[in-house]
Amino acid sequence: MSGPPFAPEVEFLLRLGDDALVLGQRLAEWTGRGPALEEDIALANTALDLVGEARLWLALAGEREGRGRDADALAFRRDPMDFRCLLLAQQPNRDFGHTMMRGFLFDAWHAPRLRALAGSADGRVAEIAAKTAKEAAYHLDRSRGVVVALGDGTAESHRRMQQALDRLWPLAREMFEADAADRAMAERGVAPDPSSLREGWERTVREALAEATLRVPEDGAARSGGRTGRRHTEALGHMLAVMQSLHRAHPGASW
Amino acid sequence: MSNTAPEPYPGTEAPEGRTRKPEWPLWEVFVRGASGLSHRHVGSLHAPDAAAAIRSARDVYTRRNEGVSIWAVEARHIAASSPDAKGPLFEPSRDKVYRHPSFFPIPPEAGPM
Repeated sequence: MSGPPFAPEVEFLLRLGDDALVLGQRLAEWTGRGPALEEDIALANTALDLVGEARLWLALAGEREGRGRDADALAFRRDPMDFRCLLLAQQPNRDFGHTMMRGFLFDAWHAPRLRALAGSADGRVAEIAAKTAKEAAYHLDRSRGVVVALGDGTAESHRRMQQALDRLWPLAREMFEADAADRAMAERGVAPDPSSLREGWERTVREALAEATLRVPEDGAARSGGRTGRRHTEALGHMLAVMQSLHRAHPGASW
Repeated sequence: MSNTAPEPYPGTEAPEGRTRKPEWPLWEVFVRGASGLSHRHVGSLHAPDAAAAIRSARDVYTRRNEGVSIWAVEARHIAASSPDAKGPLFEPSRDKVYRHPSFFPIPPEAGPM
């Protein structure tokens, strides 16, 4: 079951906002629990960058939707089935290696995507993308560094990174799928066709994984349904329940 | 894998006869606040290598727009004066105020000194 269909443009903006919001919330769950103080701070910084990015996209989505919903209303008062985030972004945290692998597979797509969106025919989209592309480039630099260090690290870290990669790989293909909303955006020059980002992503990822001495899994059955909202994981509902609890208990609260 | 057994990084070995988990080396971090200024020591952090030290320094010390350039130096490479040598090293200059460039105005065009 999914909620009311959104206009293509709103769908597109919600996807941008929700990926950043949901992954940001996942990273924020690490706060105070990172494996080293430096990593803990870096995870929290990345989380804040992503939540900041989400605010910009969701504010624009609300504006274009024209139903009076602002970024807070979209983030905190929307039901899970109306979320439009990748399955990859919503994966629950496991160990630190899994978090960094999830981040790397995402960042290697997110950073070039924002760079491409900086040339969008929609001026507002281009503006937000240009602003956030720099921090996304840094996220990629950092997650790549950690993936290589842990992949090509000790026997134990290598084993865990390979396990994380095997687990996450089938979720990556969803980033390159296109539906009617994506095609409408591509036709209007608002966004690149999702499939056009695949080659660059493959290159970035395979190069890093080779350096990390990790084996690239076979392209088996891909899983999707997050970005269309049709088949979210159960974990997303739990995560949103926590994330939205304060706002739902105290509507309009501010501090 | 190039590195299959955890080994201590140079300079982080446990003292004789004791064991402890492998530890990242300590790095001292220097940040240049603006072009023309010199790098200033801002603090330290632990990191496995130079690239990670620079990245962590960015996250730990420059998040509020403090810098335009970062140096990270492994602490063990810094030569430090001995506290015992304080007298001979520093005291002779204490009464030589004329060595301070405070007896003439600095033209504003000179910029930050």
